[in-house]
Amino acid sequence: MNLFFIVFLVSSVNLSSVCLSHIFALSVILSQTVEHGFPHQPSALAFDPKLQLMAIGTKSGAIKVYGAPGVEFTGLHKDTTAVTQIHFLPGQGRLLSLLDDNTIYLWELVAGAPREVGGVKKDGVVCLQEVSSYSLPGRPGIESCSATRVTVLLLLRSCDLLCIGTEGGGVYFLELPRLTLKDSQTLLQDQITQSLPDDYRCGKSLGPVESLQEHPQQPGKILIGYSRGLVVLWDLSTRQVEQLFLGKQQLESLVWERSGNLFVSSHNDGGYSVWTVTNGNTCNQQPVSSTIPYGPFPCKAINKILWRTTQTGSPVLLYSGGMPRASYGDRHCLTIQQDKEHVTLDFTSRVIDFFTVHSIEQEKEFDEPSALVVLLEEELVVIDLQNPGWPSLPTPYLAPLHSSAITCSFHISSVPPKLWERLVNAGKAQQGRQHAHGSWPICGGKNLAPPPKQQELLLTGHEDGTVRFWDASGVALTPLYKLGTANVFHTDCDPCDDPQDPSNDPDMQQEEEWPPFRKVGCFDPYSDDPRLGIQKISLCKYSNKLVVAGTAGQVIVLGLSDERSDHMVDVSVVDLLQDREGFTWKGHDRLEPRLKPAPFPPGFQPLVLVQCLPPASVTAVALHAEWNLISFGTSHGFGLFDYHRRNAVLARCTLHPNDSLAMEGPLSRVKSLKKSLRQSFRRIRKSRVSGKKRTITTPTSKEANAALAEQEDVAPVQRRIEPRSADDSLSGVVRCLCFADTFLRDGTHHGPTLWAGTNSGSVYAYALEVPGVGSGRACERGGAGESSVCVEAVLGKEIQLMHRAPVVSICVLDGRGKPLPDPYEASQDLAIAPDMTNAHSVLIASEEQLKVFSLPKVSAKTKFKLTAHEGCRVRKVALVAFSSTAQEDYSEHTLVCLTNLGDMHLFNIPALRPQVRYDCIRKEDISGIASCVFTKNGQGFYLISPSEYERFSLSAKVITEPLCSVQLDRPLEPTPASDGTTTQPQANGTHKNQMGQAEGRSQHTHTHTHTHTHTLLPLTCYFSPCLFFLFITL
Amino acid sequence: MVLSAVPQPASQPGSRMSRQQQQRTPLKHSDNVVEVKSKFEAEYRRFALKRNGPGGFREFYRLLQTIHRIPGVDVLLGYADIHGDLLPINNDDNFHKAVSSANPLLRIIITKKEDEPIVFATNSLQRRKKGLGLTALRTTGSGSTHSRNKAGLMIGLPQNFRQISSIIDVDILPETHRRVRLHKHGTHKPLGFYIRDGVSVRVTPQGVEKVPGVFISRLVRGGLAESTGLLGVNDEILEVNGIDVAGKTLDQVTDMMVANSHNLIVTVKPANQRNNVVHRGSKTSMGNSGSVGSAGSTSSAPSHDSPSPASQSNPITASNSIAEGDSDDEDDDGDLILENDCLAPFDSQRVTNSNNTNLNRDSPSNRPHNFTVVRPLPQSLSLPNSIGTNLSDSSMMISNQNGNPTHTSSSSQESMREDGNIITL
Repeated sequence: MNLFFIVFLVSSVNLSSVCLSHIFALSVILSQTVEHGFPHQPSALAFDPKLQLMAIGTKSGAIKVYGAPGVEFTGLHKDTTAVTQIHFLPGQGRLLSLLDDNTIYLWELVAGAPREVGGVKKDGVVCLQEVSSYSLPGRPGIESCSATRVTVLLLLRSCDLLCIGTEGGGVYFLELPRLTLKDSQTLLQDQITQSLPDDYRCGKSLGPVESLQEHPQQPGKILIGYSRGLVVLWDLSTRQVEQLFLGKQQLESLVWERSGNLFVSSHNDGGYSVWTVTNGNTCNQQPVSSTIPYGPFPCKAINKILWRTTQTGSPVLLYSGGMPRASYGDRHCLTIQQDKEHVTLDFTSRVIDFFTVHSIEQEKEFDEPSALVVLLEEELVVIDLQNPGWPSLPTPYLAPLHSSAITCSFHISSVPPKLWERLVNAGKAQQGRQHAHGSWPICGGKNLAPPPKQQELLLTGHEDGTVRFWDASGVALTPLYKLGTANVFHTDCDPCDDPQDPSNDPDMQQEEEWPPFRKVGCFDPYSDDPRLGIQKISLCKYSNKLVVAGTAGQVIVLGLSDERSDHMVDVSVVDLLQDREGFTWKGHDRLEPRLKPAPFPPGFQPLVLVQCLPPASVTAVALHAEWNLISFGTSHGFGLFDYHRRNAVLARCTLHPNDSLAMEGPLSRVKSLKKSLRQSFRRIRKSRVSGKKRTITTPTSKEANAALAEQEDVAPVQRRIEPRSADDSLSGVVRCLCFADTFLRDGTHHGPTLWAGTNSGSVYAYALEVPGVGSGRACERGGAGESSVCVEAVLGKEIQLMHRAPVVSICVLDGRGKPLPDPYEASQDLAIAPDMTNAHSVLIASEEQLKVFSLPKVSAKTKFKLTAHEGCRVRKVALVAFSSTAQEDYSEHTLVCLTNLGDMHLFNIPALRPQVRYDCIRKEDISGIASCVFTKNGQGFYLISPSEYERFSLSAKVITEPLCSVQLDRPLEPTPASDGTTTQPQANGTHKNQMGQAEGRSQHTHTHTHTHTHTLLPLTCYFSPCLFFLFITL
Repeated sequence: MVLSAVPQPASQPGSRMSRQQQQRTPLKHSDNVVEVKSKFEAEYRRFALKRNGPGGFREFYRLLQTIHRIPGVDVLLGYADIHGDLLPINNDDNFHKAVSSANPLLRIIITKKEDEPIVFATNSLQRRKKGLGLTALRTTGSGSTHSRNKAGLMIGLPQNFRQISSIIDVDILPETHRRVRLHKHGTHKPLGFYIRDGVSVRVTPQGVEKVPGVFISRLVRGGLAESTGLLGVNDEILEVNGIDVAGKTLDQVTDMMVANSHNLIVTVKPANQRNNVVHRGSKTSMGNSGSVGSAGSTSSAPSHDSPSPASQSNPITASNSIAEGDSDDEDDDGDLILENDCLAPFDSQRVTNSNNTNLNRDSPSNRPHNFTVVRPLPQSLSLPNSIGTNLSDSSMMISNQNGNPTHTSSSSQESMREDGNIITL
């Protein structure tokens, strides 16, 4: 969560707005609250068995700690260096991190100021804070620090000593928690070599320390494994070698058996060895057993091995890697073995690390592993080890949003309970086949956040044609339901066999395949057919109608059903070109609809498929479930379809005759090739010229001039200044569509209308004749019979914006200047009825200007020329209702604009007076800006990485952020200067780091008294920014 | 005002008597009276005019009508200036200019409006001077030597002039800066310039400081920017329509300029500081200082109160404030809104299929392929491309000439009216 500095653009405010804004004041802030999804590029994993917390480190230097769903902490290192290792100090709420730059950091959960959430005061606000750091000094006299580069860390169970294994083979000891080096204890390799037999020593170095493991029963004894294969049992108190194990194979990892009688080593050649530790035997030449599980052909290394004992029988052996090099060397595998049972988990991305959740009490005789947690590069997989067959457990958080690349998103707030329930059931039916119902093993901490007041859905469209429904009500984004649209079409791969549950496929099991692979996880970056990609989604939460539109011009209307059904999907083709001549589509073909009935599982089932021709990607879609109408637009035009009567009502071509690019489709590169050729020639020419210039000017002129010349040399970027013209390419792209019940014909009769805006600043308004809708119309034609009457559309107005900028959004405002409610809301009394007595107006937001026109006579009322003022372009626009913090039932609608510079501008409507501006997303983060989606109550989401949504809130009232407690067994340190001036950590650096000022925070801190050991301590990892309040008064 | 038309008895053209009079008068009137010789068709009239007397173009026009006894005849006035060029008199400004430049004689040529309009051109008189015997016009320093062999530049009628650029706010800007207004309306020329990043050197009390700046990097040949001569390569851009560009990126400045492209006001620091307007003192340089290439189209600072000749057709307020407000309202109405007549008010007869087809053909849209379809879909008609382009061309004119609604091309209006649609501008 970051605080943002709020810049005020308090313009001259007239009296009428003052009285409103006074209530409105204090309710608008910008805070980035939580990150949803899977951390981008994870690099380290750790688990605290006492607190039941899991930590994940990333390549960008972030540490994220997770416990029970809703419990999250985030820490961010000062440098964006990769975190290579994390180790918990069990039970203390502390952790150590090792960074790629060889420094070790100690982190603590510290108490912060209490804060008020939802009217309830939660005190003890805590965040994950960096306490101290240490970096190992290089050996005196040796320049290169590679010798003291840390390879492994071992934290003793007593938590007072940290053992550091290094590349040079030395082991260093640090006292905790102060991180001071115990010089006297340092164990260099020479000391070990002395006690080695001569024939083993053979003059070579032992190599880096590969593994350090503490004896499970006898504290003070550690096992040191060197890369060359030697394993030493070292007694810390006596500083003596207790036993030597002369391994011959290059060592990868070590693990103790629980009793301490034996340990297992894994090796570079894909094998593992079991060694017994018997007293008195100081030098072991041979392991008890040595196995290469996937031999005999050369295998890859086993990177990590775990050996867990069970009460029922033989131990469980878990190891990553070890695959036969030639045949499966490229697979990312982890093997679970117990007796005869053997499963090779086959992942789609690299295994970063893994651990088991097992019993840690000393008195217990067996490990009894209950779960295996595997951190992969792209997802987290948890395997239930207690249930036969080792099924995988669904993760309640860290969902891989990007299992297939996200192509669009859509948010629905306050989902009706009934729809919610049906979705949950549909989702359960889907999961039932895949997952057993084990309990989530990582359950540390306690979620203190109040239960969400309303259910929120986030829908993501993916490249593979799926739409995923996420529960976005709380901190953890949990998958609810997955909808596939591929089975509507006839594709190369049969959509029936779900690639994600081969475990249930009997064929695969029976086949005597070796290794016994089992595909696990859902990250699947490869799309079968890019045309399946979802471009636009719209859902009506009252009628449960869903419209999904894709890359190949397919628009699918779906309805929710609780029963499985086999049916044909109606196909309707709409030609948006309308026989316009001179154009040929050179892009991709349309998707072939399935010819035979397809089985559709419970959930959303397709009703109609509308295929646009040419099959260009759908760029806009609108749904009005009350009128049974959908509208869709592509780069060629837009259409209106009545899905109840299954007929196309309207097709309108928006192409400009000169626009060839749109016609030829994305595959035509003629224009761009010409352009790029021209550019490259220009570059060559320029570089020649500048080269000459440099030789002349630089030596002769002064430094300032030289710098200037240099500046000019670096390929001066030029920008052409030219007004947009009508025949710019892609000018006909339909950018937005909207249905509204408003006044288009005259000022006294309102009726259904359709609005469409294009890339070249054209707006088309159609008056619709919908049978049964409109004042008194139904009675008039009562005799005609419902079925024979069809929807009609008549062009009412055409507006060509002078500046020809793309129209980003169109919205009709009622007589009070409020946006019209959604379909059904007015007719079913779910929202305040729109004011139909006063004149309506239409808000048209282009990339350059915001403008409100009066209706029915379209004349400009108010406007704001954003680009002319700020030089930024509008990317996303939303009308957001901000509820007042002071007054429960009062809310005001505000226009929120996200620009191409990543900042948010807020305007009041319909006056379009600028209210406030925030920096939000880095302007370089184009995909972040493009992915931004707003909720109706002032929150929003944008992608900070392919796999993570950042959630932000513009409203002080509606904030979703983690609020949780953890029971620690240490006294909680007073917060060292935990005020707003400390930067709140953010895992990914995509947003601007501008700190808000935090006055008024200090007065809170005194209310928090330091608590004693073993008290339940509510710790919260985030605290709300103290803010500049928006105060618009005179 | 007194236009003291010293009544010259109706003398026959070219009579000896008047010539003698003319020879006599200069001594008497040289200081405050201008001798006027006006010609209408084949008739000459001579009279005197007070040089510094108040009065303007209207009065003078009426006076000439009286003198020539042609009341009610619409005429155009022209005068021969010191260089022998035939220049128009159609407002107070150029009337005063004509009076002040008369040395000693002011020659007025009157033509009927219905006639073939005179072509005002440089050297137009000189080429004919022998035939007309206008020796008196040949003054020293007219530079006729160098222009003898050159064809004169053709100058269109004043009402045909369209302002394409102006230098504004000279009085409030530092001399090193220039604020240029480019009018894109109605031209088919591209704006025609490119901008780039660069480093600007500023002199501060702390010494020379280098800050990033935005510069003009290229002018397109034949473009509007080049043709004005007011902008040059390497000119630093300081403001765009009154908004400081300091701290803005190249892309931001680009977007701002494009957003304002129909009425772009850029404040530049010219790389070439030699042509700067000296805005106090020398009035003589007025109007000529920076207006190379845009004949008579500059309204430079000293003439604030009186509009420049060319601004008659498209009056601009050369005010100090280039605040958005002024130009904004003009722009707004630039949004072209086409209303469909066929869209009957609510209770009127339902639009039938045939009606719809009508609508399609008579679509108010400039787009050729505007159709409203009642099923079956492919029924809709579409206009041939050629018509479509015509229509869209005419509409472009409409949208472009927003500042000057009277200019709405009649052809397009007609065609629109034929279609039975209303255009609101």
